[in-house]
Amino acid sequence: MSSRAISITGRARGRAAGRPSQTGDRVLFALCAFAGLVVAAALVEIVYQLVSNSSPAISRFGLGFLVHQDWNPNFGHMGAATLIYGTAVSSLMALAIAGPLGISIAIYLSMLASPRVRGVVGPLVEMLAAVPSIIYGFWGLIVLVPFIHGIEPGLHTVLGWIPLFGPAQTTGLSIFTAGLVLTFMILPIVASLSRDLFLTVPNELKEGAAALGATQWEVIRGVVLPSTVSGITAAMVLALGRALGEAIAISFVIGDVSQISRSLLKPGATLAERIVNQFLGTSTNLQLASLWYAGLVLLVIGLVTSLAARLIARRFDVERSYAKAVAV
Amino acid sequence: MTVWGEAEERAREDDPVPGRVRIRTDPGTPTLASRRTEGARINDSRPVVFDIRDMTVYYGESRALMDTSLKIRQHLVTAVIGPSGCGKSTFIRSLNRMNDSIPSFRLTGEVLYHGHDVYGPGVNRVEVRRRIGMVFQKPNPFPKSIYDNVAWAPRNLGLREGLDDRVERALKQAALWDEVKNRLRTSAMGLSGGQQQRLCIARAIAVEPDVLLLDEPASALDPVSTAAIEDLMHSLKSRYTIVIVTHNMQQAARVADQTAFFSLDRVDQVGTLIEYGDTDVIFRNPRDTRTRDYVTGQFG
Amino acid sequence: MTPPLDIALAEERLFDPTAPLVASGNLRRRGAMDRLIRILATIAAGIGVAMLGVVVYSVVSKGAPVIGVGFFIHNPVGLVAGGIANSLLGTLEIIAIGTLFALPLGVLTGLYLTEFAGADSRTGRALKLGLDVMQGIPTIVVGLFVYGLIVLPLHKESGFAAAVALAIVMLPLIARSSQEVLLLVPGTLREAADALGVSRWRTVLTVILPAAMGGIATGAILAIARGAGETAPVFICDGIFNTQTTQLNPFAGVPSVPTYILTIADQAIPDAFAHAWGAAFVLLVVILLANVAARALLARSRAKMGML
Repeated sequence: MSSRAISITGRARGRAAGRPSQTGDRVLFALCAFAGLVVAAALVEIVYQLVSNSSPAISRFGLGFLVHQDWNPNFGHMGAATLIYGTAVSSLMALAIAGPLGISIAIYLSMLASPRVRGVVGPLVEMLAAVPSIIYGFWGLIVLVPFIHGIEPGLHTVLGWIPLFGPAQTTGLSIFTAGLVLTFMILPIVASLSRDLFLTVPNELKEGAAALGATQWEVIRGVVLPSTVSGITAAMVLALGRALGEAIAISFVIGDVSQISRSLLKPGATLAERIVNQFLGTSTNLQLASLWYAGLVLLVIGLVTSLAARLIARRFDVERSYAKAVAV
Repeated sequence: MTVWGEAEERAREDDPVPGRVRIRTDPGTPTLASRRTEGARINDSRPVVFDIRDMTVYYGESRALMDTSLKIRQHLVTAVIGPSGCGKSTFIRSLNRMNDSIPSFRLTGEVLYHGHDVYGPGVNRVEVRRRIGMVFQKPNPFPKSIYDNVAWAPRNLGLREGLDDRVERALKQAALWDEVKNRLRTSAMGLSGGQQQRLCIARAIAVEPDVLLLDEPASALDPVSTAAIEDLMHSLKSRYTIVIVTHNMQQAARVADQTAFFSLDRVDQVGTLIEYGDTDVIFRNPRDTRTRDYVTGQFG
Repeated sequence: MTPPLDIALAEERLFDPTAPLVASGNLRRRGAMDRLIRILATIAAGIGVAMLGVVVYSVVSKGAPVIGVGFFIHNPVGLVAGGIANSLLGTLEIIAIGTLFALPLGVLTGLYLTEFAGADSRTGRALKLGLDVMQGIPTIVVGLFVYGLIVLPLHKESGFAAAVALAIVMLPLIARSSQEVLLLVPGTLREAADALGVSRWRTVLTVILPAAMGGIATGAILAIARGAGETAPVFICDGIFNTQTTQLNPFAGVPSVPTYILTIADQAIPDAFAHAWGAAFVLLVVILLANVAARALLARSRAKMGML
C-alpha cells in the first residue's frame, strides 16, 4: 500500500534529517490514535455503564428476567419475556415484508429500470431511511393507527383462520401496526443494499447467461441471486438489527401492554419502547434497574446482529453500502 | 498443396492432440490446412445461414461499423479477421443481438437469419440467442459446479430428460470430458483458463444451437489451450455453423473455410468489410491491397 | 461433389432453424413468467415510492397550514398556539455541540484508518470492527449510556448530554464516510508530496484533506441530518417538556424539535396536533433537503476526484 511505503520512507527520511516537522508528524499520529482510543474507550464504557446500572436487577432476577412475563413494578416482579417477544415478532414481521419487497425493488432498480428512472426511483426509496423515527411514530399514531383500526375487523374476517390475525381489539395500537411502521424504516436498507449487490455481479456473467437463450428472470434467478446470497443475507440481518433497536416510532403505535399473544392484532411492547416509555417515570429503583437490564439485552442484540452481518458478508463490503444507505 | 500442408494432413488423420508441435516452413505465407472443405465451388453451394445486407452500427451518433454485406454459409467456419478497432466484435455481437444491452446501440440494414431479419419487428430476442449461441473472449463460467454450468441452459429449456447424457456429450464435443469426468460436481472456478473456455463452449453447445459465434475465444489462453480449441472447430462444424472472430490470422488460416477481412474504410475511417471469400483466396491471392498488406504482415 | 450434410442432421434438431424468430418450445411460458416478474418488480418499486409519498403527503398537508414566519420566530404559547422557535434553537445548539465532538473525532479516525493503520493491519481491523459495533448500537442504548455517564453524576438532564449522545450516533457515520473519501484521494498525490520531501502532517493538512473536503462535508451533512431526527437519546438525556421560553444553557434542559412533537403526542390534545405536524414538516423538509444537497455535493466531489 502506497501509504505504508510513504510512512516508511517519510519517517526514515525524517529520522535521518532530524527535521522539526517530525514532531508535526508525531502530533498528527497522536491525534489520530487518540480518536481511535476514544472509540474503543466509548465502547468499553458503554458496556460498563449498562452492566453496572442494571446490576440491582441482574442480581435480583438473574437470567430469569428473560423468561418471566410479568412486568409489575409495584410488586417487584419484572420479566422481559413479553418485551423480547414483542421485539422479535414486530421486527420479524417487518423483515418478512421488507425482505421480498426490498429485493424486488432492487431487481427493478438494477436490471429493469432505465438509468434515468433508476436515478429518480433509487434516491426516493433511499429517502425512506432519511425520515426520522419521530415522524414515523407521529404519522403512525395519527394516520396509520386509525386506518388499521378500521381494517382490523376485515383482516380478521378474511385471514382469521391464521392464528396471527385474531379478533380485533379496540384501538388499532398493535404489534401489527408496529410491524408496518418498522417495514417503512427497514425497506430502504434492504432495497439499496441489494441493489448495490446486484450491480456488482460482473456483466460477463449476465451476458454469458443471456447468450444461452435465457430470459432475464432466468438470468436473475440463475446467476445474479445465487452469487449475491451471502450479501443479501447480511443486508437482511442489518435491517433486522435496525428494527430490533427501534424505540420511538414503536412507542407511538404498539400500546405498551405486557402480553404475549398469538394474534398480531393485539397491543404489545418491545424492549426499546418500554425503556422509552417508563424511563423518566419509574416508581422504584428496581424498576429503573430493570429498564437498564432491558437496555443491556438490547445492547447484546445489537452486538450480535452487527457481528453476524459482518460474518455473513465476507466477500462484499456490505457495511459500507449500509452506512451510505442508513446515513441517507 | 505445399509441403507443410501435406505433413499436416497426415497428422490430421490421427485424433487431434493438443500441444502437438507444428512445423512452419515460411512464417510469412499462410498455408492451406486440409481440414478445410475442399473447393470454392462447394462452399458456394451451401445454404446461406446469415445474409447480411448493408449493416451499419451506430453507438449514439458515431458509427462503429458501416455498409457491411456478406453471406455466411452453413456448416462452414467463417473467420472474421482484421486489426483492432475495426468493428469485428461489434459485427459478431450484432448477429445474435448481444449489443442490445448497450443503450446507444442502433443498427441499420438487414441481418437475415434463414431469411428472417434478426432485428425485425416481433422478433423474440431470447429465441434468437437460443438458436445463435456465443462464446466470449474471456471465459465466463458461472460460479456453479461444472455439471451445473453445462446443465443450466438445458434445464431452462425443459430438456431435463437424459440431462446426464446431454452434459456428457457436450463436454465430449468440447474435448473436456476426460479432464473433468471425475469431478463434475466441483466448482467450475477451479478449472484452468483453457478448461474454463472449453467449458463455456460445452455450455453453449449443450442446447444444440444452430450457429455458434466465437468472439476471440482463444485470445486470453495459452498456446496449448488455443490448439485444443482450434481442433474443436473442425469437429464442431459438422453440426453447427461457426463464426469466429480472431486477431490471429494464422489461426484463421488454420481453422476457417471462409474469411472476412475488416478494416477501416479509406474515406470515413470507420470499420467495414474489406474483402470476403474462401480462406485460401484471401490469404494467397487477395484482391484488395489492404487485405494483402494485412495478411502478409505489413501491419496489424 | 459431396452432398450437403445438413439434410442428415435436420431430423435430429431440437428446433427448426428456418422457422420465424418467435418463441418456440417452452419459451412462451418462460416469457410469460419473465413478464410477470417484471410487472411484480415494477409494482414493488411503485409501492416503495408510494410509501414515501404517503408519509410526505401527510406531513406536508397537515403541517403546511401552520407554517408561517411566526412559526419560526415565536415561542410556544401554551400547547396550541405560537411557534417552535425555542425548539429550533435548541436543536441547532445540540446538533452544533454534537458535531463539534463528532466531526474532528470522526475525521481523525478516518485519517488513522487511511494513513497509519492499513486496511489489513490488526489495529485497522479492530477499529473498523469497533465502528461497526458502535453503529449497530440502538440509539436508545446510547441514550442510556450517556444518561449514566453524564446525567447521573451531574444530577441534571442537559442539552450537553443529548449532544454527546448524538455525537456517539454520528461518529461512526462520519468516520466511515471520511475513510472512504480519503481512500479515494489518489496515491499519486501522496507520492508527489513525499518526493518533494514534505512531511506527512503537512501533506495531510494541505493536500489530502482539501482534496477530500467535499466527501467529508457530504458525510458530515448526512450524519447531522441523521442526528437531527434522533429522538430517543435526546429524550432520555435532555428530557424537558413544554417549555415556553428560550433556553440556551446547554448544561440545563434544552428544548428540541423531536421532544416538542413527542410532548404534544403524549398530551393527546387534538388541537395541538397541527403544531406538531408543523414541527414535523420543518424537520422533514430540512432533513430531506440536507440529503438532496449531500447527494449533489457527492456527485460533484466524485467528478472532481475523477479529474485529479
